[in-house]
Amino acid sequence: MESNLKPTGIPVITDIEKPPLSLSQLVFLRFKRHKMAVAGIFILILMIFYSIGGTFFKTEAYSLVTDTSIRLNAPSTEHPFGTDAVGRDILARTIFGGQISLLIGLVAMTLEVIVGVLIGAIAGYYGGILDSLLMRFTEAMLNIPQIPLLLVLGKMLSDKIAPLSIFGRQFSGSVVVIIAVIGLTSWMGLARIVRANFLSLREQEFVTAARCTGTKNWSIIFEHILPNTMAPIIVSATLAVANAIISEAYVSFLGVGVMPPTATWGNMLNGAYTYIESAPWLWIFPGGFIVLTVLSINFIGDGLRDALDPRALTQSE
Amino acid sequence: MVRYIIRRLLQAIPLLLLISIMIFVLLQSSGDPLASMGGKRLTRPEDRARLAKIMGLDQPIYMQYIYWLVGNDWVQIDVDNDGTLDTYGTRKGVIRGDFGFSLLSRGKLALDLILERLPNTMVLMIPAEIIILFFSLVVGIYSALRQYSLTDQVITTASFIGYSMPIFFVALASMYIFAVNFRKWGLPYLPTVGMFDPKVGKTFSQVAIHMILPIFSMSLVSISGYSRFVRSQMLEVISQDYIRTAYAKGLSERMVLIGHALKNAAIPFVTLVGIDIPFLLGGAVITETIFGWPGMGRLFIDHLTRYDTPVVMGILMLISLAVVFFQLLTDIVYGWLDPRIRYN
Repeated sequence: MESNLKPTGIPVITDIEKPPLSLSQLVFLRFKRHKMAVAGIFILILMIFYSIGGTFFKTEAYSLVTDTSIRLNAPSTEHPFGTDAVGRDILARTIFGGQISLLIGLVAMTLEVIVGVLIGAIAGYYGGILDSLLMRFTEAMLNIPQIPLLLVLGKMLSDKIAPLSIFGRQFSGSVVVIIAVIGLTSWMGLARIVRANFLSLREQEFVTAARCTGTKNWSIIFEHILPNTMAPIIVSATLAVANAIISEAYVSFLGVGVMPPTATWGNMLNGAYTYIESAPWLWIFPGGFIVLTVLSINFIGDGLRDALDPRALTQSE
Repeated sequence: MVRYIIRRLLQAIPLLLLISIMIFVLLQSSGDPLASMGGKRLTRPEDRARLAKIMGLDQPIYMQYIYWLVGNDWVQIDVDNDGTLDTYGTRKGVIRGDFGFSLLSRGKLALDLILERLPNTMVLMIPAEIIILFFSLVVGIYSALRQYSLTDQVITTASFIGYSMPIFFVALASMYIFAVNFRKWGLPYLPTVGMFDPKVGKTFSQVAIHMILPIFSMSLVSISGYSRFVRSQMLEVISQDYIRTAYAKGLSERMVLIGHALKNAAIPFVTLVGIDIPFLLGGAVITETIFGWPGMGRLFIDHLTRYDTPVVMGILMLISLAVVFFQLLTDIVYGWLDPRIRYN
């Protein structure tokens, strides 16, 4: 406020000349201040460019060619990232593996958000028996450790679905299974957050008002209450992408996730530890991509958390 | 308090039943255990049918679950598949401590297999948990007390990065640096895999040396996450009035921090750790696989990939039991740390 005082002591209201900042502008301003989050966006865009733009330089067929005469070759000009245990080019595989890993992250996140928001919203809005049933189920899911559960489900289902082709590309059916499995085993935290917010929001006047005018329940849930609890959902969704990428890497790393020949950053690491002395490039490149991606997404999530914090938003900019 | 514990234990029973039903149905409806029983001549259809009958696999899934839970020594089964009921079943069921025979290791009880490996996992887990708790408290408190200083900023950034690291990357990287490259550079190096050098034998120092890298990989990620949590909790507590009062009374810094601030800051931390401890067992799957540690995590993945339901089921139930136990323990510690909480 000091800067708005002229020497005469009369406050000059400069804000009146320009329209007040909208919510999204405020959030954007606050987000920009978080330098690591901006760096995260930058790295993430690079990763997306790398895995999508790479298709113009290498074909997917090339990433699947096996040639055991050049197995475990060190990085060279022909194979800048070296070759794996059956002689496939690691550079090409990180490109196409990146597409699958990022796809898994995004779709699994979408699934997680849909399930988590639905369960949390219904439990929080209706309360009563429905609430306690849904919450007992959520607790039961939380009590099963996620990694063993992922492994069990991945193992059981990953060879059950036939390969499918999307956009003219052949995908191992296990990709779909892994997306479903990750999405359906990670919604519990989000459901609890959404439920807690719904519990408090449904008692507020605007909900009573909406009810008095005869608004339908689903409309109150999705059009009146949900927009008021978007901030934690956005933050959770961002972090969920990183978690899904890590989860995929965990199960694929142990050989029960996405099945080769379809590459992901995770299944490229499968068995890499057996060549730790002779061929470190097997894990350095895919592992490095995972770490960079996850780290930048986490920084973005952190930045969004700060930017969307309602306590911070009320302060003047 | 006793009544509270009893009530909590009773509440845990339906939860455990629900979990066991979910996992059982998943496991049982997926693979064919007979296909991977490892028998070389198990091809005759009648043998298969007989075996399925003895193992109860011909029953509908809810009966299989009941047999798994309470045993089948109260029903007669037709062992030789000739249409007449011969003998009573031999299984006692999980509630009487019978997890059944492993399908993969013939003639061994699933529970024996698990209990054989459990101490190896504990040898890794207990020191890891002590190290994790000690360092996350020290680092978290230290950086809270020096908020916004250079050390604090370095610590928070480093812990953010560490917390985002997948455990396999830390494991592979530390193995590559401290085992492979240190050896190349002629420095004292650490062993890569296993629990002891077979040439030397299972001595204390051998096991200790082999423990360093797995524990390091497991702790790094957890310490990063926990220390951030401790830091934010401490920051919240030390800005409160009663801390100023404690200083004003002339208490020493150590007394204020440990006796007053930490005790309150630790309450949410206890919950977090209590929930996480059993899940460390899940994370152990990866650490144990990479470092070739013969623990429960390796047992889990080895037997899972060959559809050995009794062993997999046993390990998962053991972890679920641990979850319930640690939640209860957390609640009790809670009441001790915070006298405002009363259980009635």
